[in-house]
Amino acid sequence: MPSIAKPAATHPSLQRNQLGLTIRDYEGSMSTLCAGCGHDSITAAIVRALWEVSMHPHMLAKMSGIGCSSKTPAYFVNGAHGFNSAHGRMPPIATGASAANRGLTYIGISGDGDSLSIGLGHMCHAIRRNVKMVYLIENNGVYGLTKGQFSASADVGSKSKRGEPNQTLPIDPVMLALSIGATFVARSFSGDKEQLVPILKAAIAHRGFALIDIISPCVTFNDHSGSTKSYLYTRQHEIKATEADFVPPEKPILAAISPSGITAVTMHDGSILHFRSVPANYDPTDRKRVTDYLLAQQSKGEIVTGLLFVDESVGDLHEVNQAPDMPLVHVPHSKLCPGSSELERLQQEFR
Amino acid sequence: MSDQTVKGLQKPLGPGITPRGSAFRHVKPTDVQNPAYFHKVVDCQWACPAHTNVPEYIRLIAQGRYTDAYMLNRESNVFPAILGRTCDRPCEPACRRGRLDGKPVAICRLKRVAADLRGEIAHLLPQIPAKKNGKRIACIGAGPASLTVANDLLPLGYDVTIFEKQGKPGGLMRSNIPAFRLPEKVLTEEIDIIAAMGAKIQYNSPVASLAALLREGFDSIFVGSGAPRGKDLEIAGRHDADRIHIGIDWLESIAFGHVDSIGERVLIIGVGNTAMDCCRSSRRLGGRDIKVMARRPRPFFKASAWELDDAEEEGVEIVLNHAPKSFVVEDGRLKGMLFDRLEWDAGAKRSKTLDTIFLPADDVILAIGQENAFPWIERDLGIAFNEWNVPVVNETSMESTREGIFFGGDAAFGPKNIIWAVEHGHQAAISINNYCEGIPATERLPYGMNLVSQKMGLSEWSYHNDYNPAPRQKMKHVELVERFEQLNIEVELGFTAEQTAREVERCLNCDVETVFTAPRCIECDACVDVCPVQCLTITRNDEELDLRTRLSAPAINLDQDLFVSDALPHTRRIMAKDEDVCVHCGLCAERCPTAAWDMQKFELVIPYAGVKAGTCVPA
Repeated sequence: MPSIAKPAATHPSLQRNQLGLTIRDYEGSMSTLCAGCGHDSITAAIVRALWEVSMHPHMLAKMSGIGCSSKTPAYFVNGAHGFNSAHGRMPPIATGASAANRGLTYIGISGDGDSLSIGLGHMCHAIRRNVKMVYLIENNGVYGLTKGQFSASADVGSKSKRGEPNQTLPIDPVMLALSIGATFVARSFSGDKEQLVPILKAAIAHRGFALIDIISPCVTFNDHSGSTKSYLYTRQHEIKATEADFVPPEKPILAAISPSGITAVTMHDGSILHFRSVPANYDPTDRKRVTDYLLAQQSKGEIVTGLLFVDESVGDLHEVNQAPDMPLVHVPHSKLCPGSSELERLQQEFR
Repeated sequence: MSDQTVKGLQKPLGPGITPRGSAFRHVKPTDVQNPAYFHKVVDCQWACPAHTNVPEYIRLIAQGRYTDAYMLNRESNVFPAILGRTCDRPCEPACRRGRLDGKPVAICRLKRVAADLRGEIAHLLPQIPAKKNGKRIACIGAGPASLTVANDLLPLGYDVTIFEKQGKPGGLMRSNIPAFRLPEKVLTEEIDIIAAMGAKIQYNSPVASLAALLREGFDSIFVGSGAPRGKDLEIAGRHDADRIHIGIDWLESIAFGHVDSIGERVLIIGVGNTAMDCCRSSRRLGGRDIKVMARRPRPFFKASAWELDDAEEEGVEIVLNHAPKSFVVEDGRLKGMLFDRLEWDAGAKRSKTLDTIFLPADDVILAIGQENAFPWIERDLGIAFNEWNVPVVNETSMESTREGIFFGGDAAFGPKNIIWAVEHGHQAAISINNYCEGIPATERLPYGMNLVSQKMGLSEWSYHNDYNPAPRQKMKHVELVERFEQLNIEVELGFTAEQTAREVERCLNCDVETVFTAPRCIECDACVDVCPVQCLTITRNDEELDLRTRLSAPAINLDQDLFVSDALPHTRRIMAKDEDVCVHCGLCAERCPTAAWDMQKFELVIPYAGVKAGTCVPA
């Protein structure tokens, strides 16, 4: 939709972060998505999370593929790097970018079409390699950009705008990620920034690949009464399994940890995740219990949200491959490409 | 505007609508059916005593519709050209723009633009009926209050006679405002409009006795005689020399051509707006070394900031913390004055005297305030006077304690300003009309309102919703040398076309209101996310003070209301809006998928004299 520029006016009491930037400095261009799109709320949550962790805009890389979701990197942090890849090819591009420059923070924005249909294989391999990145699936159950056909995440029985029910089984990115060894798995809802912002901050701090599946209603094609990904349905069926607070490493912890219902997970960089409320016998670091719990809730038709699983013990792409600590882009060219004589010497070793 | 009584608090709420304090667990949904809520959002209109529809006339100016802008002004403030030069501008400190970039919209200057560039208006004025209603009204003093009464009553068929002691009309507007601020032509034109409507102005007719006037059989009498007595300064030497002047009398003598010179060294005692007019007039009549003597520090001055600036631009010195002690007179000639130099505490409440100094002067002008004076009102007429010898006047009806006799302008509650005099005139006219029709004088119709959606199509709104970051335009003045050549050269040149074009775009269109329909909201957060000034929040309801701290940006300006919606359909949370710095860009409505937000133009329908009940509500 055509849009009006956001006024330059700001609130007189606008706060500044450690870099002296205001939250407005983390905005991008005006969204051209439909008014009321869940993706715009996710964008706002990203803006807030990046502002709160005082991310240097030039140290951020925004990666995306094709789709409504993949347009959204244009709507936050104008000063960041970005790559808009072919459909479904964001994970390998991000993997390559991360391999070349491990110094940047990577945030990949994808949708249920980009990640669960055309790019499904690529996503799985990025998970396997534990590429250090935040990977968002803005999940609305339909192909909004092509007028609302069911996507691979549409639930059986969920109705299209014309009233036809979907009959094909859905792919659940959370269960899929857990099954192939993902080290950070969360599900959230675009309409709940109080939950989403801390999850995003934790995902940025995570050691490896952080998958966040976010229910993000398509206000144009999938927000009707028969939909299972509408604002109303999500609110009626959402169970917040966990409530997590993210405590950055430099911030002293003042409050004593309450004895009951709290699980603290120390992140690789020293920050701490506090799980304020989790169900009985729920351990967000135990893959089997998490999987069992999710299966049980799924059979009841509930949408479980929260930071569901964290494993900080697994090294990322670089650690596993013993890559240099220094980003490859900073390694001198003479060392990266030592010349034909060195190639000759190497080849001789294999003869 | 009906006051609400809050259960539990048992006290009426002001016009702020939403109940405050801890008596409530939850904030009640805002009553947007009460015109006061949206009216208060239009800060300028709310602050204006006459409730001039500022944003609408600024839009009309932007469209080049100067005549329409003038007529809209005239409806509420009657003297747009005069006020466009001389108004005290309560609207400007209130202006929302001032809270965003520190400088309010130059509302007053824009009013002058409309007045200066207007076209023919005779055909747009209210029709005066040929057949009169038979009621005769007497107004005392041809100042803004009486002229407003005449303006409001003549179209209803009243016969209005104005008694003026001077040979020309205008009251204080003529006698106390120098011609370099308000040219006589401008003053005369706007008064002539009312004279042409049929007001019979009897010049050189001071009312010597109210009892005598009462015997002339008028149906009602309006006293708009101003506060004509300048306060004196009874200190040693006051009556020993002849070159000590009372400010307003001296200004009046200039206005009527009785005074045309002054000594080189002039001391002005007092630092209100009259003092500013006195010092600037002195500058034009031969004064070279002019000092305005203030007792207190600058933040406590009564003069408007812009009048101080204008005086200083003309080389007038403003001397702080000097209290007059005595006049120094030798052989019947004024030599100067002694002053105590004071040192004040932080709040300028207490002072101590440092020393006493002498300042030489050829003339001294006293501008330390004005008082009402009613030697011509007999005290046995049933008009009660209070302990300060000021008549007891009902604040709603402007009626004195004697039925049928009304007061307004400075004569009612002491010196205020022109725009207050106009509003008193409007209220007195309603009361006089009530009185003549046998309705209680205090009876008032409620304010009405119109709310009309401004949506024209996709991303299309009927108003200019772009935020223009332009700074406030600076008024150009006539060069100093040139302006002192004659007493009546108007100093302010008025805005150029370019300045006008920029300044109108600084207006935030606060009257294009954000109107919310809770049942339509799907809580997608689009409005909350897009708002550039973080004034929207979807949250759980709570006590107001707590709610104010939990918003997207804390709502710390307690003078500004919170809008609180009904419970939202999905989660029973509420939509809260802090009105404080909303720029009325319309993005909330633009990004709302269900049209729960809409931008609707608010029009306050103000009941004037003769408006019948039921005609004041939206059609």
